[in-house]
Amino acid sequence: MNLTLKVWRQQNAQAQGGFETYQVKDISSEMSFLEMFDVLNEQLINEGKEPITFDHDCREGICGACSMHINGQPHGPWQQTTTCQLHMRAYKDGDTIVVEPWRAKAFPVIKDLMVDRRAFDRIIQSGGYISVDTGNAQDANNLPIDKHKADESFAAAACIGCGACVAACKNSSAMLFLSAKVAHLALLPQGEVERKTRVVNMVDQMDKEGFGSCTNTQACEAECPKGISVQNIRRLNAEYIRSVFSGD
Amino acid sequence: MGFTGLFLISFLVVHCYVNALIFFNDGGVKFTEAAHFMGTNPVIRIMEIGLTVGIFAHIIQGLLLTFENRAKRPVGYAKTPGNKSSKWYSRSMGLLGTLILLFFVLHWYHFWIPNRASQFMGNGEIDAYAKMKLVFSQAWVVIVYILGCVSLSFHLMHGFWSAFQTVGLSTRKYKSIINGMGMAFAIIVPLIFILMPLSFYLGWLA
Ligand code: HEM
Ligand code: SF4
Ligand code: FES
Repeated sequence: MNLTLKVWRQQNAQAQGGFETYQVKDISSEMSFLEMFDVLNEQLINEGKEPITFDHDCREGICGACSMHINGQPHGPWQQTTTCQLHMRAYKDGDTIVVEPWRAKAFPVIKDLMVDRRAFDRIIQSGGYISVDTGNAQDANNLPIDKHKADESFAAAACIGCGACVAACKNSSAMLFLSAKVAHLALLPQGEVERKTRVVNMVDQMDKEGFGSCTNTQACEAECPKGISVQNIRRLNAEYIRSVFSGD
Repeated sequence: MGFTGLFLISFLVVHCYVNALIFFNDGGVKFTEAAHFMGTNPVIRIMEIGLTVGIFAHIIQGLLLTFENRAKRPVGYAKTPGNKSSKWYSRSMGLLGTLILLFFVLHWYHFWIPNRASQFMGNGEIDAYAKMKLVFSQAWVVIVYILGCVSLSFHLMHGFWSAFQTVGLSTRKYKSIINGMGMAFAIIVPLIFILMPLSFYLGWLA
């Protein structure tokens, strides 16, 4: 199929960016979206132009690097799919596709479609861990964990930190990401020790990074490639209130 | 937002109940009795101060939230998902709230301010029933009241559930029940309010 692509190009964080229009030909429906970009980049290199910078790593939907806002949706039109797992059979011959970087004050553009998501790393550093002595791994069955809680925690742990929730949110809020990280640990006995301080510190860090505040539009859940539920945000709110009112 | 929102919802219930007494169509006897209680009972008088603080807290918080959040995306998207991933009214709480506020200004001007002013001057309460009859004989007023209530309806379609989510009560088990209750509340209560000016205008109430 032949396609028209309108892609955001921006030299660096300070530069004024803009859209460039490109034509790609003979794209196979079995290609992934990123492979289609590889074809486009080869074409650009052959024409002596600068290839488009975009983030990618695993190309199997588990690392969360491939941040592209495609025709108004993070990671494109398919539900629970990353850009690398979006295949060109989602499109038909003659389509025009607009590709933009994540847009948020807390995710500044580094170049073209690549944004700086280190704000997420700093949120994790502020509390998204448990402090335990290292040593031999315990036998898993030594710690009794409620099946329901284990399932909920496991579902929350599926978050790959891709930032689609921030990109999709009209407030650029990182609540779905944060709530997944908080819920994941708060539900397990290993997370109990730092439970109260963790939630407050991580929320503080999120605010400091310049993310917006959640107004429960639920766009994040609809766009999350890992199906993280807003139920985690409910849990985060409850954890936060619990921590503040029982604070010491 | 959640706590002030829930507080305002509880106020709406009382306000709606008292005003709905006009539908007895007894020339406002039952309504005036209840309104008199609300207008003079010291406990209610103190609660009204809380209500005033609550409304303004909600409005100030809401507008700050809206503008602060908007500043968190300095460069916007060329293409947005529109209604694919969220409801338009969920994304328009600031706008809907502002429409409600504009309606409130007119509403206070009609009833609350004249009533308190009259009490303050030592002339006692105004005849709210007669005032309603008078005010709701004007078509444009009835239209503004209806638009205000429609805005309130959409505000609550999102706000009711959202408040439970914010205070951490909308658990997996209860989410659909809370949402259903919210939808029912958001449609029924504003509808009852709409019927008031409409009934006077159409002459259904004596
Ligand atoms: C009787 C009138 C009102 C009621 C019953 C009401 C109720 C609510 C409720 C229940 C929420 C959800 C709280 C949450 O998400 O935690 C909310 C949110 C909000 N309200 Fe109101 N409200 C009223 C009037 C207003 C007014 C006059 C404004 C004026 C600007 C306003 C602006 C907002 C905003 C911006 C939000 C935040 C959006 C969000 O959290 O989803 N509201 N309201
Ligand atoms: S919650 Fe979902 S959308 Fe947000 S960072 Fe995690 S995986 Fe990505
Ligand atoms: S490249 Fe790793 S998730 Fe897409």
